[in-house]
Amino acid sequence: MRFYGGIHLRDVAIIGVSQTKFGELWDVSFRDMITEAGMKAIGDANIEGDELDAMYVGNMSAGLFVEQEHIASLIADHAGLTPIPCARIEAACASGGLALRNGVMAVASGYHDIVISAGVEKMTDVVDPTPAIATASDQEWEAQQGVTFPALYAMMARRHMYEYGTTREQLAMMSVVNHKHGAKNPLAQYPREITVDQVLNSGIVADPLRLLDCSPVSDGAAAVILCPAEDAKKYTDTPIYVKASTQASGTIALHDRHDITTIDSTVHAAKKAYEMAGMTPKDIGGVEVHDCFSINGILAIEDLGFVKKGQGGPAIEDGITELDGRIPVNPSGGLKARGHPLGATGIAQAAEIVWQLRGDAGKRQIEGIEVGMTHNIGGTGGTAAVHILSR
Amino acid sequence: MKDIVRGWRHIQQRYNLIGSKCSQCGNVFFPSRVLCPECRRKGKIEDFKFSGEGKIHTFSVIHTPTDEFKTLAPYVVAIIKLEEGAQITSQIVDCDPDMVEIGDDVEMVFRKIKEEGEDGVISYGYKFKLKN
Repeated sequence: MRFYGGIHLRDVAIIGVSQTKFGELWDVSFRDMITEAGMKAIGDANIEGDELDAMYVGNMSAGLFVEQEHIASLIADHAGLTPIPCARIEAACASGGLALRNGVMAVASGYHDIVISAGVEKMTDVVDPTPAIATASDQEWEAQQGVTFPALYAMMARRHMYEYGTTREQLAMMSVVNHKHGAKNPLAQYPREITVDQVLNSGIVADPLRLLDCSPVSDGAAAVILCPAEDAKKYTDTPIYVKASTQASGTIALHDRHDITTIDSTVHAAKKAYEMAGMTPKDIGGVEVHDCFSINGILAIEDLGFVKKGQGGPAIEDGITELDGRIPVNPSGGLKARGHPLGATGIAQAAEIVWQLRGDAGKRQIEGIEVGMTHNIGGTGGTAAVHILSR
Repeated sequence: MKDIVRGWRHIQQRYNLIGSKCSQCGNVFFPSRVLCPECRRKGKIEDFKFSGEGKIHTFSVIHTPTDEFKTLAPYVVAIIKLEEGAQITSQIVDCDPDMVEIGDDVEMVFRKIKEEGEDGVISYGYKFKLKN
């Protein structure tokens, strides 16, 4: 990504990553979680905290979840990093992906050299997180009508089933494959396998989606350290290079889409990412997609160009998204099994792809992966962020 | 508190289904927009009253609502393609949830939407029912 829009940009490398355990972390506070993630990433990068030039933190809703705004300052303070500039980035569930992109842009432009991009969400301090999550949709014209966030994805699922014949079992398989991978990830919230029958017999949340179609309510944090690619070997023998970092917007309300079975922001962000990296879907050896609900995993592999529109369901049933399949999807377990602390997800996805590319992914390692991708969605597609990373 | 001003501000939209139209390109919008996304500053926005007739484009039956809607569960929500062109998100009422199908004709009805606690305001507005 040397030249973009006619401007000379520096290549960017990731030299350190981390993720806390995801789950219901009752005994850990918001500030302690993000500090732990930051310390581990800094340690992983073999740098000292005072070498950092700036921090970007993805977080959807500390205001509603822990009644705290101005979290950038709070984190810099508790991480012992003042007075570095620190900014919170918010785009609902895509906040982490955008924090990564802002860090990449800061290093690529030459404005900063060593940057930490992190993400954090503490969701379990409130009794019912549903109203806070609903603010990722159009509060006045969707949520006010009694529409919950899962119901919006349920409506996408129903239409996808109607137009393409996607089956209830195929949706369930998305969750089953995620858990199969997540069972091998010690940092996952639910490191265990589930069956199609368990999905089909779980409680109905918003028909046709059931509990085991839905990503959980999670606490967690993650962080990555970025630096100019030309300096990366000073810090690590296995730098991972950022080949593309893109973002696109879409309508906030689902009802304003021309086609609610396609997430246009994903399509746009992916197209730009392939252009920026000079690659095609065939070059991608593994992808972390935003499966906040099973249907969104299916939409993602279609909209990212791995299968034709409408073929996502059968493709998952055929096993192409498994670790040894044609396009391994969510080796971490995805949002479903790893967990989905909203603002942390985009960063955790990048951390997973970095571990995969370094060959450090343990039992869930994708053999021979050279290039990986992350796909992070905000709301029902009002924001999409796509990154392509390579060895 | 928030629903007092917010509800009042949108009474024409919520009670009478008045959205907007860009007379430059002919596109209609619900909810109302002050700017046509196609024509932007060249557009000309005016009020537009929808008939309240439309077809169900997709729907879901909510079994796990927020507290405000708990007494209604299970209830049907849908995206409805209005006859004049815009799509709207609303509840489908006065029917067994099992009766609802994609493509069904629906019409707007005026209903209570929610109560904001014992001391709060009661919000009213549009819902839809199946047409026979």
